[in-house]
Amino acid sequence: MDVSSFLVQSLNSVQYGFLLFLVASGLTLIFGILGVINLAHGSFFMIGAYLAHWLQLKTGNLFVAIALGLPLSFLLGLAVERLAIRFLYARDHLYQVLLTYGLILIFNELQRILWGNDVHGVPIPAVLDASVPLNETQSYPVYRFFISLACIGVAAAMYFVIHRTKLGMLIRAGAANREMVELLGFRVNRLYALVFALGAALTAFAGMLSAPVNSVYPGMGEHILIISFVVVVIGGLGSIQGAFVGAMLIGFVDTFGKVFVPEAASLSVYAFMAAVLLWRPQGLFGARPA
Amino acid sequence: MRPLSRPLLVALIAALALLAVFPQFVERYYVQLATKMMVMAIFALSLDLLVGYTRLVSLGHAAFFGLAGYALAILQRDLGFVSLWTTLPLTVGFTALVALLLGALAIRTSGIYFIMVTLAIAQMLYYFANDTKWLGGSDGMFLDAKPTAEIFGLQLFDLKNRVTFYYFALGALVTSFLLGRMVLASLFGRVIDAIRCNEPRTRALGFTTWRYKLAMFAIAGALAGLAGYVGAAQDGIVNPAFLSWHQSGQALVIVILGGMGTLYGPVVGAFALIVLEDVAAGLTEHWLLFIGLFVIAVVLFLPRGIASLPLAGCVGRLRKRGGGAAPLPERRAAEAGDD
Repeated sequence: MDVSSFLVQSLNSVQYGFLLFLVASGLTLIFGILGVINLAHGSFFMIGAYLAHWLQLKTGNLFVAIALGLPLSFLLGLAVERLAIRFLYARDHLYQVLLTYGLILIFNELQRILWGNDVHGVPIPAVLDASVPLNETQSYPVYRFFISLACIGVAAAMYFVIHRTKLGMLIRAGAANREMVELLGFRVNRLYALVFALGAALTAFAGMLSAPVNSVYPGMGEHILIISFVVVVIGGLGSIQGAFVGAMLIGFVDTFGKVFVPEAASLSVYAFMAAVLLWRPQGLFGARPA
Repeated sequence: MRPLSRPLLVALIAALALLAVFPQFVERYYVQLATKMMVMAIFALSLDLLVGYTRLVSLGHAAFFGLAGYALAILQRDLGFVSLWTTLPLTVGFTALVALLLGALAIRTSGIYFIMVTLAIAQMLYYFANDTKWLGGSDGMFLDAKPTAEIFGLQLFDLKNRVTFYYFALGALVTSFLLGRMVLASLFGRVIDAIRCNEPRTRALGFTTWRYKLAMFAIAGALAGLAGYVGAAQDGIVNPAFLSWHQSGQALVIVILGGMGTLYGPVVGAFALIVLEDVAAGLTEHWLLFIGLFVIAVVLFLPRGIASLPLAGCVGRLRKRGGGAAPLPERRAAEAGDD
């Protein structure tokens, strides 16, 4: 493998890692703060991608589609939290798994009713439809740089909100001790609804961004969900930092796994997860379970 | 493991008698549907051993269901085994062995990690089967013939006959149920009981709890393998869908729908869910929408399953969940009702 293809693969890994991070951080945030394991998280990724496809067709511009799709997915997240998820806070993980599994069935079927079973492509916006030459033969598409940059932007914004704002302080406090925050007079229920909706919007955003690169197809949500689980297991549940490191590791393992061992490409990430589990069952950044 | 109450015992025997005469009165389609139900019942019952009795919530149980199907297909196609007497023990033994290996990895985690790790392991096998040409890829593998049941050249029964196959599946179901009860009634089962109630305390009593959990994981895997064996033999094909996480999810739904920690609950749940699916699929193309809503309704309104309904309420005693969390209000009420 020469230097430039190594570079291309590394850039791909980072870009994939960033996308995974958006999805996994939503998952880990919702678990860390709400204490809910959300299987329907991948559905928001799928919904984001389909919204990007559909709104892009209607408006003719991906950016407009994203601008419209984000509030829509936020509202959808809010509705799902109010109608279903909020009944799960006091319940066992088993029931959380089941209810969110039911949500997946519903979302998948709604997707079939609204958009059918076809695979759709979403064109790359004209502004970003170019590539950066690396040498005579290889170049790298600008849109993929854009994905990475957008993800860095979101990650930075998330870091700022969680560590530097009052809302972030409340979120962290709510995760540490729900009752105490409630006793201090804050409406934890609203906080939870907000966190869930933000997590949903974050994931939908990742789905929208990736739509032009990965095409839009039924079942895409489940694939990303399971990979995000692997990310979260490696990084440690509830840790954003862990989600970041896990996502990058999986980005590299998956991309380079496809290059070096194409026949076992889909297995490489799971083998990696197994190795991490043997070494640290609680994940790289997870607290040791009591 | 508490002995079955008399009304329940009567109900179970009556149900068994009903199942025994069922194929004599209905069309072929319903015989096949009922066979499918019994396969799912064995599968869900094996999951109940983990979820209901050991508090190990596995979302990857389909791994063993599918593995057994593929094992049977490979035994037939590549190794030339055709007899029931060789393929069944080899398949179930193989699944138990794999469950032991994968379980050793999964058992290192607990709670929510366990859910995610079992899902990931099953998904790994799914992609492996899906991407491997030797295993037929996404098309899966065909099983050309049903296992033969001969003793000294004399045919004992013929599984090609749908009704005979039905009785074969029924036999497998009854065997699984009795085996499950035997395991739970044994000393081993008492330790499993203790682990569910309070694992640290059980460890303090001197039991190496992970060994017990792993053994239970292997037993549940072996029974899931039996279900996969019967299922693959019935369908005549095994494909990645056998390993898919929808298969695992459906089994979990069945366990809860029927009532976990009862063994007979999952059997009832399997029959109920498959009838519901069959009816819903007859009404609309988008039947999964209704199944999704139904699953949510069960979680919200019937968390202890059909076994907790007044008819069976006197038996379906609630299993205390691990982790020391406070019991839920509905739970307390139900427990008070039991006494």
